[in-house]
Amino acid sequence: MSLAQSRLEVLPRSLQVLLALGLVALVACPFVTTDFYAQMVARMMILAIFAMSLDLLQGVTGLVSLGHAAFFGLGGYALSLVSSDAGAVSLWWTLPLAVAVAALFALVIGFFVVRTHGIYFIMVTMAFAQMLFYLVFDNKDLRIAGLSLRLGGSDGIYINFKPDAGLVDLENKTVFYYFTLACLLAVYAFLRRLLWSPFGRVLAGIRVNEHRMRALGYGTFGYKLAAFTLAGALAGLAGYLWGAQTGFMNPELLGFHMSAHAIMMVILGGMGNFAGAIAGAFAFEYLLHVFKDLPTIGGFNTGKHWQLWIGLFIVVVVAFAPRGLLGVAERLLRRREAP
Amino acid sequence: MDFANFLIQLLNSVQYGLLLFMLAAGLTLIFGIMGVVNLAHGSFYMLGAYLAWSLSARLGSLTLALLAGAVIAVAFGLLLEHLLFRHFYQRDHLDQVLLTFGLIYVFEELRSILWGDDVHGVDIPQALAASLPLTDNLSYPVYRLVMSGVCVALALGLYLLISKTRLGMKIRAGAFNHAMAEALGINIKRIHAVVFALGVALAAIAGMIAAPVSSVYPNMGSQVLIMCFVVVVIGGIGSVRGALIAALLVGTVDTFGKVLLPQVAGMLVYMLMAVVLLWKPEGLFKQ
Repeated sequence: MSLAQSRLEVLPRSLQVLLALGLVALVACPFVTTDFYAQMVARMMILAIFAMSLDLLQGVTGLVSLGHAAFFGLGGYALSLVSSDAGAVSLWWTLPLAVAVAALFALVIGFFVVRTHGIYFIMVTMAFAQMLFYLVFDNKDLRIAGLSLRLGGSDGIYINFKPDAGLVDLENKTVFYYFTLACLLAVYAFLRRLLWSPFGRVLAGIRVNEHRMRALGYGTFGYKLAAFTLAGALAGLAGYLWGAQTGFMNPELLGFHMSAHAIMMVILGGMGNFAGAIAGAFAFEYLLHVFKDLPTIGGFNTGKHWQLWIGLFIVVVVAFAPRGLLGVAERLLRRREAP
Repeated sequence: MDFANFLIQLLNSVQYGLLLFMLAAGLTLIFGIMGVVNLAHGSFYMLGAYLAWSLSARLGSLTLALLAGAVIAVAFGLLLEHLLFRHFYQRDHLDQVLLTFGLIYVFEELRSILWGDDVHGVDIPQALAASLPLTDNLSYPVYRLVMSGVCVALALGLYLLISKTRLGMKIRAGAFNHAMAEALGINIKRIHAVVFALGVALAAIAGMIAAPVSSVYPNMGSQVLIMCFVVVVIGGIGSVRGALIAALLVGTVDTFGKVLLPQVAGMLVYMLMAVVLLWKPEGLFKQ
């Protein structure tokens, strides 16, 4: 499968300015908007981390996973499993644990799926994610090797306390907001650095022509497996934050629709540069919010049928803007810069 | 598990497998010939089930509803192919995945607007409402046997169409090499439209005959779609024969899994898929 090569790997100055402005907006957000919107933006930032983790596979390496939500869900469920109703658990060991669980599963699943190509990869990643979906969906409690795991089944499960981070109080919504922002920035900086490292260049090479990379002597299986594991770990981080922020996990969060939403976010923003994934996550979540809030016109509740609008929107984007929002923005900015 | 019970589960396995085959065959044909990944294939199954429910209530007969529904499904398939899908044959798989994912939402909501969100039952035709006694306290419903019969007949029809008729020859030529087939004077665009409509019709008919057994409910399309993907991946993408064998295999593992290992039943088929892919990364019958 060939993926359109991104011309946006190197962000033009104009887009960098746009990103800096976005960062200022994010920092100012809790002070200038209502609590409701600040919470929404925090959720968008978490989804942006999730979208960036998928972009490492989809935009950089050329592997389109339709099961990426599995790792997002695993991160969140890992938190719910170690949480107790009695009080907060420490962030310092639960966060690494959640990330490690997601990474471990990604390593195991990756071992199977990375051997496949193109459309097989899409289908097989989806099938593995469904496997985990049904495991959680069908089991309120799961007993494995004497261990009793409380999964909550199709009803989902509550996480009553935010993790305890010691010095900073995550129960405070503003503090949690800035903690999420810090995670977002750290992941973005890490991935941008990775993109231009020798490892990142090999991944980009695999996207363009895997056979040639192998002919050059690179063990592409290992590189792809490493990328898959890393992407899974970062998705697990996003899932952990989601569980902590919303206080609730349900099986839908590791299902097929969630995975497809992540793909949509990456496409919508623009692939292969991580900034696009962030933009896409914000835009997609905002659109969902807008569509769900549409008014009733002539007895027809247009907001209730938000899925129709998001569906039509996806169809239109795929048909007319394959390079995403950043692609469009870049084109507009470049036109203005040109004499 | 005694013999009669085993027999019932076996018949159920075959019936479920054949139903999956009807869906997977369309999916794999559309992929094999046009190169289109169609996530919205499950929606056609759902369309069939809702048509069966809504038409049989109006026409008073499931048989009539089946015939009318099949015609509507073919027309719907041709329209959809003409308006949308034909523009995506040359696009990359990711675009197709997204397009058809968007369509799932569109179809689900149109279904909700047209037919509501309730669960409906469809009556089994009077003539087929009987049960076949196996032992003193176990019997098997005749309708399920008829269902399997219809699936076998359609599968056979599909086989004959593709391997024995002139149209089938053109379909195979088109699948093998578009440009060459076109140069030889085959109207490849029409072949594509026909294959697409055929795939839609197979999925819709599967939905229609399944409606009395599974009842009619929202999200029935997504559930079955994912099962179909597993079948297609196990069988090898593009192979109709592979789809048949994989469908029967999946039907058996799923049915017996639910009886013997209920706790992990939902996962068993995916484990089967993992094992097959470890052994053959491109499916059992990769073409």
